Amino acid sequence: MTTRIDTRFAELKKVGRSAFVTFVMAGDPDPATSLEIIKALPKSGADVIELGMPFTDPMADGPSIQAAGLRALKVGMTLKKTLDLVRDFRKDDNATPIVLMGYYNPIYIYGVDKFPVDAKSAGIDGLIIVDLPPEEDDELCLPAMKAGLNFIRLATPTTDDKRLPAVLANTSGFVYYVAITGITGAAAADATAVSGAVARIKRHTKLPVCVGFGIRTPENAQAIASHANGAVVGTALVDALKNSLDAEGRATAKTVNAVAELTAALAQGVKGAKQAAE
Amino acid sequence: MNIAKPNSYRSGPDERGHFGIFGGRFVAETLMPLILDLEKAYTAAKADPAFQAEMNGYLKNYVGRPSPLYFAERLTEHLGGAKIYLKREELNHTGSHKVNNVLGQIMLARRMGKKRIIAETGAGQHGVATATLCARFGLECVVYMGAVDVERQQPNVIRMEMLGAKVMPVQSGTRTLKDAMNEALRDWVTNVHDTFYCIGTVAGPHPYPTLVRDFQSIIGNETRTQMQEVEGRLPDSLVACIGGGSNAMGLFHPFLDDPSVEIFGVEAAGHGLTQLHAASIAGGRPGVLHGNRTYLLMDADGQIQDAHSISAGLDYPGIGPEHSWLHEIGRVNYLSATDDEALAAFQLLSKLEGIIPALEPAHAIAKVMELAPKRPRDHLMVVNLSGRGDKDVPQVGDILKGKTK
Ligand SMILES: Cc1ncc(COP(=O)(O)O)c(C=O)c1O
Repeated sequence: MTTRIDTRFAELKKVGRSAFVTFVMAGDPDPATSLEIIKALPKSGADVIELGMPFTDPMADGPSIQAAGLRALKVGMTLKKTLDLVRDFRKDDNATPIVLMGYYNPIYIYGVDKFPVDAKSAGIDGLIIVDLPPEEDDELCLPAMKAGLNFIRLATPTTDDKRLPAVLANTSGFVYYVAITGITGAAAADATAVSGAVARIKRHTKLPVCVGFGIRTPENAQAIASHANGAVVGTALVDALKNSLDAEGRATAKTVNAVAELTAALAQGVKGAKQAAE
Repeated sequence: MNIAKPNSYRSGPDERGHFGIFGGRFVAETLMPLILDLEKAYTAAKADPAFQAEMNGYLKNYVGRPSPLYFAERLTEHLGGAKIYLKREELNHTGSHKVNNVLGQIMLARRMGKKRIIAETGAGQHGVATATLCARFGLECVVYMGAVDVERQQPNVIRMEMLGAKVMPVQSGTRTLKDAMNEALRDWVTNVHDTFYCIGTVAGPHPYPTLVRDFQSIIGNETRTQMQEVEGRLPDSLVACIGGGSNAMGLFHPFLDDPSVEIFGVEAAGHGLTQLHAASIAGGRPGVLHGNRTYLLMDADGQIQDAHSISAGLDYPGIGPEHSWLHEIGRVNYLSATDDEALAAFQLLSKLEGIIPALEPAHAIAKVMELAPKRPRDHLMVVNLSGRGDKDVPQVGDILKGKTK
């Protein structure tokens, strides 16, 4: 089964360029502004959208993304409304891949039989669930694959060669390499170390490898994108959004633009990179 | 001795860490290799007589075990029913049962060559026990504690700092135990290469619920022997309070296969079960948090809800996965006691027995006050007195002053 993710990476490969993957939190700072933001992302140069599913206890995220989730929850964001957001986005854009990223509990409560089917029909292409390692594949990975979603797994610096095959076994779409041991928004990723790690993963899989955690600037993004099939930026975009809010944490006239402008700058960085050899 | 029978309640978890549908390993990929290493190290240590011998030496001469099984004569007379025994875990070094588990985990960390220990703490008892053993073995110690708990458990914060630990107040979320656990997990993800995460209760990803239970089972094992010595038979019932459930699992586990033993776990009902509370079994349902599937307090969308208890050590929206399983199969009865009931029990035990309990086991005493009068006089009831009340003296003092005003 070919998903929008597969199609997008195939197109990028043809033109010899890496993907720019953007992360924003669904419903941050409110559902209407959030929709405007995700509509603006592809127009500003995003190739893939990662959409955070708000959760009260994001144990692998740093303060910025945690705060974004809490802002969204405060205005009543739910998993169902996250699917609605994607459905609305799909009215104008049927090409940009959307990957949901988050934690398992809200999906478990939604129902593991129902969720993958509803997600697929809303126009979602893939899932990244931080707290579901391959040891728990029965939970959601297998039902998601059956529903035609890509299940994208994180590989990390602690995932050694012995463990990689297990991590990659049911992975599709792309592999997400976490450049650092740490939480989102932490130290900057080192391009040289990343290059070695990407090469190592590529010895085990033909899937595109995207790299995230710790990429903040167009220069960072360019350096990483020249060693990987994609660079993921989240915290920097979430921070730009936050800095545009008023004192009560509400959207202002600047909010959508603040995210769009940084997206455009970062996209320039990624597009300036030569794609890593396959 | 403790060979599991077929259909034993004591044979769990399975090799993937499941107690029925509960338990498991729900953590970020960064941590998985570490957790698999820990499981291997624990399996090897368990089978190593030298490890057991070294641990037994410290349990006896450093912790002060065995802890007494004390017949609470005045409490028994006052309640007029079951014969009540207190398992005196509050007499352990550092003042609670937490030290049993921490000793085991620190010995494991040493075996694994780890030099930096992190822990989360609610009431501060687990933090104090961790700081203590880190001092004893010369290990770096960082303790995450919700900012609210830092306020209400000042004596323990001071103790941890005196012992050389770094206390990190956690400002995120509800600023209590659940957030301290999130923060400890974030630290662990960041410092995997040299850090050992010492979890304070029977929760978290497999193998933690099992290894913490095993280290705490000394409570129940001693109780068996001591009860045989003084009464010549097994107890008829067991009662323990539940935060995550480690003191309770420690007392219960050795008795699970004895059908004559009635078992009661007591959750914190806070302001009452229809208001803010911390009773995950009474008011929650199965979900996934902090590395395991278990009963959790949450809203309709799977967002974790705030827990509340007067007792910082019980103020957690979850419970260990083995308890969830024991609840669903009906082996253990889970009850709950409110803040006010715990306060009344705190005062009763202090005045009748000259023992000031921690607010946590005061919840267990509160249910004993209900259960014991309904039992015959030859009924033997054991309550786990999981900790002493020194840490709660300022807080309870303030509350009682406020009340008498
Ligand atoms: C004295 C005491 N009892 C009980 C508890 C609750 O933990 P658990 O349910 O794991 O025994 C705590 C936790 O801090 C405690 O300090």
